[in-house]
Amino acid sequence: MRDAIRFWLGDELITLRDVGPTVTALDWLRETRGRKGTKEGCNEGDCGACTILVVRLSPEDGALQWNAVNACIQFLPMLDGAQVYTVEDLRDPSGALHPVQAAMVEQHGSQCGFCTPGFVMSMVAFRKRVASMDRSPTDAEIDDALAGNLCRCTGYAPIVRAMQQALDAGPDRFDTIEADIAQRLSALMDGLGASLEGAKGRVTTPASSDELAAVMAATPHARIVAGATDVGLWVTKLGRALPHVVFIGQTPDLNRIERTEAGVTLGAAVTWSRAEDALCALQPGMRETIRRIGARPVRNSGTVCGNIANGSPIGDGPPLLIAAGAQLLLRRGDVRRRIPLESFFIDYGVQDRAPSEFVEGVFIPLPEPGTRFAGYKVSKRFDQDISAVMAGFSLRIECGVVNDVRLAFGGMAGTPKRAAAAEAALLGRPWDEAALEKAREALAQDFTPLSDMRASAWYRLEVARNLLTRFHAETTGGTRVSVYTSATEAVDA
Amino acid sequence: MPEGGVIANDETVDQPQGRASHSLRHESAELHVAGAAAYIDDLPEPKGVLHLAPGLSTVARGRILSMDLDAVRAAPGVVRVLAAADIPGENDVSPVGKHDEPLLTSDDVSFCGQLLFVVVGETRAQARSAARFAKIEYEREPPVLDIAQAKAAGGDLVWRSLTMRRGDVEKGLNEAPRRLSGEITMGGQEHFYLEGQAAMAIPGEDGEMRVWSSTQHPTETQVMITHVLDLPSALVTVEVRRMGGGFGGKETQANAVACLAALAASLTGRPAKMRLDRDDDMMSTGKRHDFHIEYDVGFDDDGRIRAVDMTLAARCGWSADLSGPVTDRALFHADNAYYYPDVRLRSLPLRTNTQSNTAYRGFGGPQGIGGAERVIEEIAYATGLDPLEVRLRNVYASGTPRDVTPYHMQVEDSIAADIMKSLAKDSEYFERKQAARRFNADSRFIRRGLALTPVKFGIAFTATHYNQAGALVHIYTDGSVQVNHGGCEMGQGLHTKMTQVVMRELALDASRVRITATNTGKVPNTSATAASSGADLNGMAVLDAVTRIKTRLVAFAAEKWKVAEDAVTFGADGVSVGDRTIPFSELVKAAYFARVSLSSSGFYKTPKIHWDQDTGRGRPFLYFAYGAACSEVAVDLLTGEMRIERVDILHDAGRSLNPAIDIGQVEGAFVQGAGWLTTEELVWDSSGRLRTHAPSTYKIPGCSDRPRVFNVRLLDEAPNREETIFRSKAVGEPPFVHGFSVLHAISDALASIDDYRTCPRLDAPATPETILRCVARLRQAAGSRVASAPADG
Repeated sequence: MRDAIRFWLGDELITLRDVGPTVTALDWLRETRGRKGTKEGCNEGDCGACTILVVRLSPEDGALQWNAVNACIQFLPMLDGAQVYTVEDLRDPSGALHPVQAAMVEQHGSQCGFCTPGFVMSMVAFRKRVASMDRSPTDAEIDDALAGNLCRCTGYAPIVRAMQQALDAGPDRFDTIEADIAQRLSALMDGLGASLEGAKGRVTTPASSDELAAVMAATPHARIVAGATDVGLWVTKLGRALPHVVFIGQTPDLNRIERTEAGVTLGAAVTWSRAEDALCALQPGMRETIRRIGARPVRNSGTVCGNIANGSPIGDGPPLLIAAGAQLLLRRGDVRRRIPLESFFIDYGVQDRAPSEFVEGVFIPLPEPGTRFAGYKVSKRFDQDISAVMAGFSLRIECGVVNDVRLAFGGMAGTPKRAAAAEAALLGRPWDEAALEKAREALAQDFTPLSDMRASAWYRLEVARNLLTRFHAETTGGTRVSVYTSATEAVDA
Repeated sequence: MPEGGVIANDETVDQPQGRASHSLRHESAELHVAGAAAYIDDLPEPKGVLHLAPGLSTVARGRILSMDLDAVRAAPGVVRVLAAADIPGENDVSPVGKHDEPLLTSDDVSFCGQLLFVVVGETRAQARSAARFAKIEYEREPPVLDIAQAKAAGGDLVWRSLTMRRGDVEKGLNEAPRRLSGEITMGGQEHFYLEGQAAMAIPGEDGEMRVWSSTQHPTETQVMITHVLDLPSALVTVEVRRMGGGFGGKETQANAVACLAALAASLTGRPAKMRLDRDDDMMSTGKRHDFHIEYDVGFDDDGRIRAVDMTLAARCGWSADLSGPVTDRALFHADNAYYYPDVRLRSLPLRTNTQSNTAYRGFGGPQGIGGAERVIEEIAYATGLDPLEVRLRNVYASGTPRDVTPYHMQVEDSIAADIMKSLAKDSEYFERKQAARRFNADSRFIRRGLALTPVKFGIAFTATHYNQAGALVHIYTDGSVQVNHGGCEMGQGLHTKMTQVVMRELALDASRVRITATNTGKVPNTSATAASSGADLNGMAVLDAVTRIKTRLVAFAAEKWKVAEDAVTFGADGVSVGDRTIPFSELVKAAYFARVSLSSSGFYKTPKIHWDQDTGRGRPFLYFAYGAACSEVAVDLLTGEMRIERVDILHDAGRSLNPAIDIGQVEGAFVQGAGWLTTEELVWDSSGRLRTHAPSTYKIPGCSDRPRVFNVRLLDEAPNREETIFRSKAVGEPPFVHGFSVLHAISDALASIDDYRTCPRLDAPATPETILRCVARLRQAAGSRVASAPADG
């Protein structure tokens, strides 16, 4: 095993031997490296002022992936093996501004300027993604690219204008050195894990699932971290000490997306960004809600399995995946087991996972032909918000009656949970208004939701019922019923 | 209308510089995009700098029985822990001299999040970590948290109640053909400046203290530090180059952090820095006041208002702060653009055990306007008239008897009707409204709505003495110009506009004009950069300073080259002196050798204004800024989700100093105003703990929340009739009010549920839940109407 973390910061190879497991990339960049262009706005991955670029080789095809991530909740060891760029790296060697920077200046895209470096980094990442598309991006895609960056001054209009201008601009300094970057990154991929131990704590980066199993068997209290989009806040907000962290984000065999005739298996380290297309190939109805999990920088770090393993009652992934009939793959030593995803969530804060056992992956089956599927997220704000209610619905009709139904909800109980009574009300009945009404009524038996700052119990139950109504309308009328969808389509047209 | 934020009326865009009305880019734009613009936390740290972290109360009301900080002191890296007893001067930071705001509290706790102690550590992480080790015992008392509780508890006020009256409101109400009453609630708003509160202090010799603060009011920050440290003002210097957003949230709320940094620096003799974590910032600092307004209105069948009686109650929080002037300004705007023949307006600044609410863009004005617009809406539903028709029938008409405000000021410049009519035509308000109604008739779940709302906003500080400004201009012998003034840059482009004033007067390129950081040592006794007044006040002060030097240069040139003074003119090619053209730098150098002073201060005080709060009469404002917005929304009746489909805004910036910057202000203010009224919700739990204290729980608008179609235009050919800087108008706060068009458009969409017969009385913020509750209420109204209708009806 290696005794160092290595990554490129701009054109400098960084090698760190004594690094605490929970020092954030942001603090290190600002305080140790003096890169003050990257700002702290919230310290919880919600405002985007700290956005940096993390470049890696795609596990699928080796192409460069330009990911915008939130440096404030990115632990430094997670950068192992990456090429990192901050706003200070954007100027051309001649000193000229990057096309994104120039467009922001010309379009009056900055006012107070504090959020600006973060926006610029998200815009640079988006330009890279658009370069690999064979069409112009839609307004909705621009919104999506900028959803993780908050601006309080401009109202976003000039920033979007700058984005559009920058998309039409010529090449940037990175276009000419992509081969060099790829070579640098390949050279860092030695197939070894790293193990660092010092006064600041212990860092382990296992090179395989087997190594992870061994580490967890030896140190069951070590904290597994993949994307840190949740655990990061334990440190930055709750002040929790994590003396030993096992970082699995770059463990190769946990990064696999396996497609078979039966379905798709996502390894524990697969991020939402990478999982999106694989999941939507199975269930196009997941697209809208996956795109609203966190925002782009969160999905670039956060993993599907992390969203499950943390056991949150308000994670957006589990209701979708439960509705899709997902199975969770757990491993302890050499013992593996596979359970229906819904059975993993026992109670608030309690999951079906033994000490030293870990989530190795999740399997999502190919849906039966004729299955109608929908994911609905309801929150105060459209993008980058935590759901008041999250729903995943799957329904199949045979011989005129419902013969398979899965109604899964988040935000309605202490865990993500299926609505057993509502499902029973539908099973074996025609999918008509009467059945819908029975299911709506039954939801009160299934759930006694809480009132909190996101929504009241009344709202949650009312909306859960109305989402069934929406599902019924959409599966019987054929058109989407949403202010967002209709607006997006109108804009895209 | 043109698409997007096109500057339709800026003929000078392509003209060379040296013009005032020119879309010069923000002076820091290149620094912003490169990450090279320094905010407080980015300044080079002096050797040995200490870092501060706050210890905040965890109960909303009670007494501290014991505060055990031993474990805090013993934590790694802790240099010192500061509490109330460590303050050498006065333990008070009340900005209005009310002595009701201790910097650090040692006995009575008045809200959850109050500053109790401060950890001074070698690193910020160590200080933050150590603060968690405090053991504090409280004797708890039940807190008074909101307006209803405050009223029920006897209505303790943080400031005197103000009443404005004109005519006989009782008579007017009684004699009106029709009369109705109701109430509206508007929530508060977190500023969410992207750069949180921050300050750094460096102790100097002999008691001197230099402080860099993210403050909108350096002079007040200076004065507060002198109180806390018991120093004369002459020993304390406060500087701010730029803020990462302010919006009013750094007018008084920056003081505590700056005082604590100075206190730590003074007591340790080392530089000290304090930067609040976002959660601590939101837990401890004040916000926009939420309001509950009760209205009683008399009107006739044509929708004309006869009399208005309103009580405007505000949640002020635990101390006075600026709640007095904020609630006053709510009264000053409770008429918005409408004439009330008989009127009585009363404020109730209520004390609560919550954060001490403070200045926020509009300063109570938007809340008052919210009351006025609800009254209009009520009359529209009562009479069956379109709300826009009701607005036009009640709007101020300058030069007629219908031009007097509730504070007895004549509205001499009303253009609100023209703006509304023009916008209605250009945005096809009536046509699109009909289209929305047709859409709604066939749509089960999605409803559309439109509204067009005006703004009339009074410009000047209502505290008359604040309406003054200073500037300091130096011309160096190479012809470059350094400009300093009392205003602060927080993103609004003030420094850019000030640069343009100098460029125009001396016909210089932007590269020759340097604005330096705002510094109490250069321009003293400044007013807050607030009340939209930054460019109005400082622009005139800069102009005064430049004019003084220019006058000397002209006299010098006329004498030296033996021409008349009016033969000396400043142009892009240089200074014309009779037949000669002399480069500016050469003229300056020659003047220097002739011992002509090339430096001057400048000063300005706003004319005409006066206000007597005892009589409720005066002319508190020099002029009004106007505008109107038309919004169309789509609302989902299943979930209460809402989307802004299209917005058209026509706004009055006078003869704009910089159309691009002013359009940026309008766009940004609109989105911020719409956010206030829709997704931004502050929630306290029953123990008084704010539960929305970070962006994960408090939702300001994101990129996708901006209107799908967003047309913003500045009013063309609209010079200010008052003698403001180059006849421009203030633009910071007025466009914030345009957000009301969204609230009213949602209301219009919801009204379809009961066939437009019931005023939806939609409160703000209109979150999805608030909207869905309104849906349920309107369905009930529609249902009971059906149930009570005759069988054959």
